[in-house]
Amino acid sequence: MSGYYRDLFGGSWSLLVGLGITIKNMFVPIVTEQYPHFVPVMTPRFRGHIELVGDEETGEPKCVVCGMCQKACPSGCIKLAGEKPEGAKKKVVTSYILDFTRCSLCGQCVESCNFGAITFSKDYNLASTDKNDFIFDLKKRLEEKS
Amino acid sequence: MSDFALSQTKETFVLNLGPQHPATHGVLRVKLEMDGEYIVHAEPILGYIHRMHEKMGENRTWAQFMPNTARLDYLGALSYNHGYALAVERAASIEVPERAEYIRVITVELNRIASHLLWFGAYVLDLGGMTPIFYAFDDREQILNLLESVTGARLTFCYFRFGGVYNDIDDSFIAGSREFIKRLRKQMPDYHNLVTKNIIMIKRLKDIGPISPEMVRKYGATGPVMRGSGINYDVRKNEPYSVYPEFDFDIPVYDECDSMARYMVRMDEIEQSMRIIEQALDKLPEGPVMTEKVPKNLKPPKGDYYSAVEAARGVFGCRVVSDGTNTAYRLKLRSPTFSNLSLFGEACQGMLLADALAFMGSLDLVIPEIDR
Repeated sequence: MSGYYRDLFGGSWSLLVGLGITIKNMFVPIVTEQYPHFVPVMTPRFRGHIELVGDEETGEPKCVVCGMCQKACPSGCIKLAGEKPEGAKKKVVTSYILDFTRCSLCGQCVESCNFGAITFSKDYNLASTDKNDFIFDLKKRLEEKS
Repeated sequence: MSDFALSQTKETFVLNLGPQHPATHGVLRVKLEMDGEYIVHAEPILGYIHRMHEKMGENRTWAQFMPNTARLDYLGALSYNHGYALAVERAASIEVPERAEYIRVITVELNRIASHLLWFGAYVLDLGGMTPIFYAFDDREQILNLLESVTGARLTFCYFRFGGVYNDIDDSFIAGSREFIKRLRKQMPDYHNLVTKNIIMIKRLKDIGPISPEMVRKYGATGPVMRGSGINYDVRKNEPYSVYPEFDFDIPVYDECDSMARYMVRMDEIEQSMRIIEQALDKLPEGPVMTEKVPKNLKPPKGDYYSAVEAARGVFGCRVVSDGTNTAYRLKLRSPTFSNLSLFGEACQGMLLADALAFMGSLDLVIPEIDR
């Protein structure tokens, strides 16, 4: 019988203690992010989808179309093409298409690039109802940005 | 089991738990043969999210498989990165710089705490307690912010590389980790007062879901499930890898074999992980975080290699067979939850349905890792 009363009083006390913690937390400032009103800033290392990097002076993409990123990608979501204009030393990228529907944001493309020609974007508002919105033309994006 | 169920002539009915059920935390289906509220027979049915990870390992290069390991167990992604990296490093005889080993330990242990905190919140939620998950998520959020600042992702980190780690940690991460440990130390008594000592919790968990050490051995269950049954086994102590031998930490073991014991093991492991992180931050050496000698086109010599790590849910083993090319010939992933779940059928015979769910939660199932 003593176990019964111990459970009864000890148990009730444990519930009150728990309630006390909840009450204490009622006076703690809000910890959740008030999303649409306050937009989070992504950390510098945030791995978003990739983006071409433009040359500081000319604004043209740094990419030399070596194809290392294409080879490194586990999911095969990068398709790029380039040509060598007459008189130029390096190849110039003509199209750089990222199929974001298959990308798993692992970042191996950026790591494999020896020229610093691709970087992670800080975009994260990417929701869409249309699949074609996720086929990014990175060259066009770079041109629009500059 | 009731007398009714024991007599074979009486009728029972079949109840499907899942594949979509909040208590199974994913697409797990358990076919229950019920006698009223009592379970006569339970059979977990797997395969709903099988993605052929092992096969994928055979048709992509060694490095390209790395992101997959984070998709096995999304709550403890770094342990899985670690297990795979260790196996391939063993195969290709790659040395890892000491600083990288320390960073690996720090981030893996932070990840373990995050995993246990989420389990703690979700488990109490399974039992009907809404509040603790909010506190646990608040703390877990701090870890995710820390890990995001070094790895760049919040869940599928993909941070380790063969021969080191992707990025070095900075002073703000170190300061943030210390700050977090101080914060969690202050929170833990609250968790214990709110949940562990709660009479409803105790009544739901004490003596529920007994798993005998024999059953643990029979099914190969590991991790907190094993240590809650009184078997003192932890890969970090028994087969030390990385720099774990340098740290002073205990392996919590409880002999009660019930759900409460498994709960206590995990709560104590949070404390032990904090101790490891503190020591690692104190001892953190300077130096590079990546060896320079790793070839871009990795081709480990022919052979069969195995490496195991202690993940949040148990032993994660990774067996790689190399035929000397740039892809694995065979990649076998031994996931802890698969073994932990397989004892569910035997252990829950004769249990009340509500108790069986309390018991299932104490196994800490992560379904993508069971199905792989």
